[in-house]
Amino acid sequence: MNKFSSLLLAAGLALATGAHAQSNLLNVSYDVARDVYKDYNPLFEKHWKEKTGETVEIRQSHAGSSKQARAVADGLEADVVTMNQATDVDFLAEKGLVATDYAKRFPDNASPYTSTMVFIVRKGNPKGIKDWNDIAKPGAVQLIIPHPKNTGNGRYSYLAAWGYALKQPGGNDQTAQEFVGNWLKNAPLFGSGGRDATTTFMQRRIGDVLVTFESEAELIAKEFGRGGFEVVYPSLSILAEFPVAIVEKVVDKKGTRELARAYLEYLWSKEGQENAAKNYLRPRDPEVLKKYASAFPPIKTFTIDEMFGGWSKAAATHFKDGGTFDQIYAQK
Amino acid sequence: MFPAAAKRDGVLPGFRLGLGYTLTYLTLLVLIPLAGMILFTGQMSWGDFWATASSERALASYRVTFGASLGAAAINALFGLIVAWVLVRYPFPGKRFVDALVDLPFALPTAVAGITLATLYAENGWIGQHLAKLGIQVAFTPLGIVVALIFVTLPFVVRTLQPVIEDIEAEVEEAAATLGATRWQTFTRVLLPGIFPAWLTGFTLAFSRAIGEFGSVIFIAGNMPLISEITPLLIISKLEQYDILGATALAVVMLVISFVMLLVINLLQWWAASRHAKSRDGDAPADAADALAIAGGRP
Repeated sequence: MNKFSSLLLAAGLALATGAHAQSNLLNVSYDVARDVYKDYNPLFEKHWKEKTGETVEIRQSHAGSSKQARAVADGLEADVVTMNQATDVDFLAEKGLVATDYAKRFPDNASPYTSTMVFIVRKGNPKGIKDWNDIAKPGAVQLIIPHPKNTGNGRYSYLAAWGYALKQPGGNDQTAQEFVGNWLKNAPLFGSGGRDATTTFMQRRIGDVLVTFESEAELIAKEFGRGGFEVVYPSLSILAEFPVAIVEKVVDKKGTRELARAYLEYLWSKEGQENAAKNYLRPRDPEVLKKYASAFPPIKTFTIDEMFGGWSKAAATHFKDGGTFDQIYAQK
Repeated sequence: MFPAAAKRDGVLPGFRLGLGYTLTYLTLLVLIPLAGMILFTGQMSWGDFWATASSERALASYRVTFGASLGAAAINALFGLIVAWVLVRYPFPGKRFVDALVDLPFALPTAVAGITLATLYAENGWIGQHLAKLGIQVAFTPLGIVVALIFVTLPFVVRTLQPVIEDIEAEVEEAAATLGATRWQTFTRVLLPGIFPAWLTGFTLAFSRAIGEFGSVIFIAGNMPLISEITPLLIISKLEQYDILGATALAVVMLVISFVMLLVINLLQWWAASRHAKSRDGDAPADAADALAIAGGRP
């Protein structure tokens, strides 16, 4: 059985390599990154062809970020991973697939672009929502977010609210937990994912404010038109980083290290940065950011590292079983 | 009868091959994955397992999952019986079309069903706005979970009952009537015993399908901790945090509860079937213990 299947696999591989005498690369990525990389891959393929004369085929795989990380850990042969939370790459580092210092192997904490959490409110902002504390007033507004424990989007929202509360005069972990508790009491439901929360807010017209990634706002405009909503930038928000990494074990086996490194490095090139900006993600390159300044109003942000000492610590404190999220719901 | 023939495995050959195939197939597809899952939880200490399985949120999610599944299966048992009866017994225009509609919930991706139902039953949805006037909120409450599960499990009761009802000839009802049975007696004494085992099967299938349902439910449930979180969502939640052991622990609990419930329903079914068989043979109605003994004694 085993012999047979490996024979079959070998035959399949031989066929595949025979048919395409070119190198290929598998980028395993999170769900909503589909558009960014759909546009980025042809740019890189062209760049690589010009530089080396080699034709390269980039393949993409998209699903929930944590699901993807588990798939890679279980043997999905990704050359590179491009995730939406450091927890997912940290998990791969723990498993020995990714270098433990992956965040230092590329500039900017290995995150070629960023986003932040903003508010989407109804046209004219009838509830006058300006900042996080406007959402935390008991019973004043209805808040729509995806599940804070299960989704990256929800976790960023939760931590953004927490960080805001910490930064208020006299803010400490206790006041922050109280603040976030009040804030969550205004949530009538939790979306199963970012897009589901958007549908609930925009299409089913439930709630007064949707907290989501800045990059989602433009996608909402594309989908539902600009007439129905406004984007509100709070006084302080969280910097969402999207770490990328080389999967060491796979590139060593496939001999694609050079290619994988070039693929990720090119994300920081002018072309790569412009592509991110066109997909509503904040570029790291100051010049590109300036060029697209109208799409990215200045906003004060903090990083997970600054405020919470890193993702794994934040996850352990807030989202693990018995963490602050569970405590808030146990009190109810 | 023909004792000699009965001792043989049957008219057609291939019993051994068939049995071997069945066992291999079930082992590969069902037993090995389930056994693997249970073995995997062996890495947890009993205390950890118990703490995970009996946490407040987990207990609440069992209540939601099994409660909503029972409710949905019960509602479908009642209305599925009516649908099956009408589809078999009464000719009406467009019958084939209506018959085909019953299978739609099988064919539709469950996520599509969930999103559609959530939109319909939301406060500004086609159905939800009328219910809202009556003060009934369906979408994003446990009631929404029941609605989604009713939709997903509708075909089970109808499809298991249809062939059985087809087998009951209308003459049987007529005979009962001529012998002086009231309509209610005809139903409870003549029809019900015949369809009861199949009815229970349909109920069981619907119930077990509902317990495992995830795709449609999460879009309409609202997913609030302690109120509308189903156990499969908690499992996903644990996986998202790379708590694979914890997720497996919950899965094992679901497996055990489901197994016990299915076993009870199956026993009930054996009992009903053998009681029916006995009373048809003209014996006095068997008591439960008797029936169970017969059921257990069957090869």
